[in-house]
Order: sequence, then structure tokens, then C-alpha cells
Amino acid sequence: MSKNTELTCIVCPLGCKLSVLQGEDDSIIEISGHSCKRGLSYAQTECINPERVITTTVRIRGGQMPLVSVKTDKPIPKTLMMKCMKIINRIEVMVPVKVGDTILENILETGANLVATGNAT
Amino acid sequence: MREADLVVIGGGPAGMAAAVEAARNGVEKVIILERDHTLGGILPQCIHNGFGLHLFGEELTGPEYADRFIKQVEELNIDVKLNTMVLDITQSRIVTAVNSQDGLIKIKAGAIVLAMGCRERTRGALNIPGTRPSGIYTAGTAQRLVNIEGYMPGKKVVILGSGDIGLIMARRMTLEGAQVKMVCELMPYPGGLNRNIVQCLKDFDIPLRLGHTVVNIHGKARLEGVTIAKVDEKGKAIADTHEFVECDTLLLSVGLIPENEISRDASITIDDVTAGPFVNESAETSVPGIFACGNVVYVHDLVDNVTNNGYIAGRNAARYLKERAGDTVKANANILQVRPGQGVRCVIPQLVHGNCPEDVTLSFRVDGIYRDVMIEAKADNQVIKSVKKRITTPGEMESITLSREMLQSIESGKIEVCLSSLERKGD
Ligand SMILES: Cc1cc2nc3c(=O)[nH]c(=O)nc-3n(C[C@H](O)[C@H](O)[C@H](O)COP(=O)(O)OP(=O)(O)OC[C@H]3O[C@@H](n4cnc5c(N)ncnc54)[C@H](O)[C@@H]3O)c2cc1C
Ligand code: SF4
Repeated sequence: MSKNTELTCIVCPLGCKLSVLQGEDDSIIEISGHSCKRGLSYAQTECINPERVITTTVRIRGGQMPLVSVKTDKPIPKTLMMKCMKIINRIEVMVPVKVGDTILENILETGANLVATGNAT
Repeated sequence: MREADLVVIGGGPAGMAAAVEAARNGVEKVIILERDHTLGGILPQCIHNGFGLHLFGEELTGPEYADRFIKQVEELNIDVKLNTMVLDITQSRIVTAVNSQDGLIKIKAGAIVLAMGCRERTRGALNIPGTRPSGIYTAGTAQRLVNIEGYMPGKKVVILGSGDIGLIMARRMTLEGAQVKMVCELMPYPGGLNRNIVQCLKDFDIPLRLGHTVVNIHGKARLEGVTIAKVDEKGKAIADTHEFVECDTLLLSVGLIPENEISRDASITIDDVTAGPFVNESAETSVPGIFACGNVVYVHDLVDNVTNNGYIAGRNAARYLKERAGDTVKANANILQVRPGQGVRCVIPQLVHGNCPEDVTLSFRVDGIYRDVMIEAKADNQVIKSVKKRITTPGEMESITLSREMLQSIESGKIEVCLSSLERKGD
């Protein structure tokens, strides 16, 4: 029996309604409802190994404000989110920090780096 | 008194876009007045991603999106006054502002762009009975505390209202170790974007209680819990559905209101439904030379649309400054009134000049959830444009674009935007 999954694309705020038809072996037969190719690849990974980008903050030392915002530069497996947060919350960096600076490489061997999304002086 | 060609009030994405676009269109002296200590408006505290996909083809976080425009403002040498609060504007375009360095400042402006954004509704606007303990915040205030100040407001959280800020904060507080017990929403449908329901609530198994509200608040010094209840179709709590939920923090995400005290004081006409100024397709208000863009006009879902709206205001402010005397568009104006019809709550802009030189996109919000409908623009008793939609909800803004040829041929002075073949979901 093939199965049909209804998803909401979360790649951008348009939130297209996607429909994924999978075969018995979970292989994807058809994807519909997307408005762009990002939606297509989202539907593929979401059905097989869901991933999310983490956006959070790290503590900074010597700055005017106590935090600077950061993100993973690639999505990481959804199941690793809380584990990553534990690691990120132990980090402290010195100012100055600029948008795009790498804060931590290859977090939890996911291949994703933690990069700054804000500036701190 | 100082003088400037263009004074932009508010340095969020709308204000920055307007200033940048005006400067690029040859306006020489542009000043941005911003009451905060940085440019960016609400963006620096919106550390989540989802900004800019349509404008930059990239998914940026709020601070990154702001950074791109701050750089453009710097490159174009636009004058920026931070920590400066605008107190008052007049119809003859005199802007009064105050900051601790210069004291009271008066600027005579050739044109003004209003870009003050919006502020959150608070408990006062809601009227929840019960005690007044600490631990009750608007979601945006909590966002600022967590993301900028580095302070966690509490450990056990209930969120009232499913607007985007509330949903984003449900995830944010969960990631930072708090237990978010539920999000209660008065309406039978969520207020925020669908993507946020998925990635902020479903990802973390946070329950969304639709058709529920908070009816009582408990605790003396600190919040100890809330009573929630189901509501009937009229939004009134049903007596025997009361349920106590233990929590030390209540976040309110019950909507934003355009910030228009300054506009009202200057007698700029305000739309009762949007709570923002009436605008035409040039983003001009009822007062010539005063433009408005972004969330001060109506609450946008997407920052990309806010930026585009800012560009329209900046471009037209530049045009106004050039052509002040004989504005050709308006001289032979066939003014069309844009009205919401069946199924539509409000439409922006409210006025369109029939002879305007560009295509015009009408943005609107529907008043319920509808499936398989046609969005229609009607004029002269006929449908001039229609778009098919599989689903449309009040949480997401819709739009329909009319070409200048279509606009030119309208004779009756009116455009109506409505839905046809209505099928309300649920009830
Ligand atoms: C929590 C939250 C999450 C969001 N998430 C997304 C998202 O994921 N994706 C997306 O695309 N969009 C998102 N948005 C929407 C987007 O951020 C807003 O639509 C946009 O910031 C509005 O821009 P604005 O310039 O109109 O207003 P604002 O950003 O509010 O800026 C207004 C500025 O005016 C200043 N001001 C006000 N009054 C005065 C005065 N009297 N004198 C001087 N200055 C004044 C304020 O200090 C402020 O800096 C989100 C919004 C919020 C609140
Ligand atoms: S399919 Fe494309 S347009 Fe639709 S929500 Fe996903 S990314 Fe956005």
C-alpha cells in the first residue's frame, strides 16, 4: 500500500501545503503542492530524515550586550536539537564578533558550523 | 530650525528601505530618526530565520536581514539619529523630536515617511480578571529579555494567543530549557503562520488549544497558575470547562496595533479596521507629502513585503519632492476606492489612481478559513481579475495584482476585492 502524507513546507513563510506519495518501501513516488524547488527537497528530507536549523544565542565577554545571536549554517537532524543546545549554552566568546564569524566548527559531527548572525562590540 | 528633504520616522526595515530608495532616486538630505539605540526595528530580537527568502533568495535571521540594510544606509551616507524620539509632526511637515544630546529638535521636511511599526497589545487591552502577580509578559517583551538581555522570564510557561511571536517564543523558551505547557487560542484557527505551527509547536509536542482562553490569573507576588476555559462561538467562556494550569509565566501574544499616535495628532485619516493610515498606491497618506509604510500601515506577515512597501514609499517621496507642484498622476486623477467585499476584512491600499504608472498589488486579509475559493477583483460590475486558492486563512495575507491597463479602463470609481464560491471550513 502506498501512503500519502500532507506536510506544510517550512522553508519560507509562504507555507505551501505539500503532498507526498510514498511507496511500500517508503520510497517517494510523487511530491506535489510546492511552489519552488526548495519545497521539493524539504518534502524529501522531511519524510526520510527531518532536519532543522538552530537559531539561538551565545554569551559574549567584554561586550556592551551580554549575548550575540547565532545559527547553524546548515540544518541538523531534528533529533539532535536539544543536545546541540546544551553544547551551545556552554560557549562563551570574546568581542568583537561580526555577522558570519564561525563560533564553533562541525557541531556534534553534523558537518554544520555555528556562525554569528549579529554583531557585538 | 533645521531642514531636510526627507525625514523618515522609525529605523526598522520599512524606514531603512524608504530611506535607501529615496537616496537612490536622487534625494539628497535624508534623515532617519529612531528612538532605539540601533537600527533594525523589531529585527535584532527576531533571531530566528525565515527572513528575506523572496528578496535575497536566502533564508536569513532577523539580525542578518537588518545588517544588510544597515550597511546600505551607511554606504549611501544617510543621516541617522539614534536614541531620538519623534514627539510630533504637523501637516506642514515640521517634525519635533527629542534626544539627550541635542534636546528638542525641530526639522522642516520636504516630505515625511512614517515607519513607526507597531506595538503589542497588553493585558490591559484584554481585561483578564484575577490577581496582578509578576510573571506576565507580552511575547515580544519576553523575546527581548531572552534574546537581547539574556534573561529567562520563567520555567513553566503558558502562552495566550497563537500569533507568530507567541509561537516563536514557545520554541525559544523550550530550547532554553523551559516547559511550555500549551498555547491557548481564542479563535478556532491559529493566528500565526503555518510554518510556525509546524516548527515551533509540533516539533516539540506543545499542545495548541484552539477555542480556549485564559479566564483567571492566580498567585500573589509571582504567578502560580491560570484557569483556562473553552469558548463558545461568540468567544465567551463556557462555565463548566474551567481547568487550572500550573505555571510561573504567562506570555501574551494577542496581536499588534500600528503605532499611530503621531499620525492621529497630525489629523492623518486612519482606517478603523487596520488602525493604520489610509494610503494610496504611492504609499501616500491623506496628507500630501506624508507617506507611510510597513507595519505602521497594517501588520505584515513578511519582512520582505515590508521592505518592498518601504521602497514604494521612498520612490514616491522622491517623486513628490521632484514634481511637487504639478504632480501629473494626480492632476488628471481618476481616483478609485478599494473596498473589501464578501469574505474580506481589509484591503491595502484603500485608494488607487486610475492613471498610475505602475501595476498595483492589492494586499488583503480574509475573515475566516476558506477552501477552494476564487479571489476576485471587481469593477464596473464585472470581474477584472481572479486567482484560484486552495486554502486561505486570516493568519496569512493574500494579494492580487492589477495591471495599469486594467486600472485605466475602470469607470465606476470603485474596485471591490472579494471571495466567491465560499465554503467555510468547520462550521
Ligand atoms: C516576533 C516577530 C517575528 C517575526 N517573524 C518574521 C519571520 O519569520 N519572517 C518574516 O519575513 N517576517 C517576520 N516578522 C515580521 C517583520 O519583522 C515585521 O513585519 C517588520 O519588522 C516590520 O517592520 P517595520 O519597519 O514596519 O516596523 P518595526 O520593525 O517595528 O520598526 C519600527 C521602528 O520605529 C521606531 N519608532 C516607533 N515610534 C517612533 C518614534 N515616535 N520616534 C522614533 N522612532 C520610532 C521603533 O523603535 C522601531 O525601531 C516578525 C515580526 C515579529 C514582531
Ligand atoms: S515550496 Fe517554496 S515557496 Fe512554498 S513554502 Fe516552500 S520554500 Fe516557500
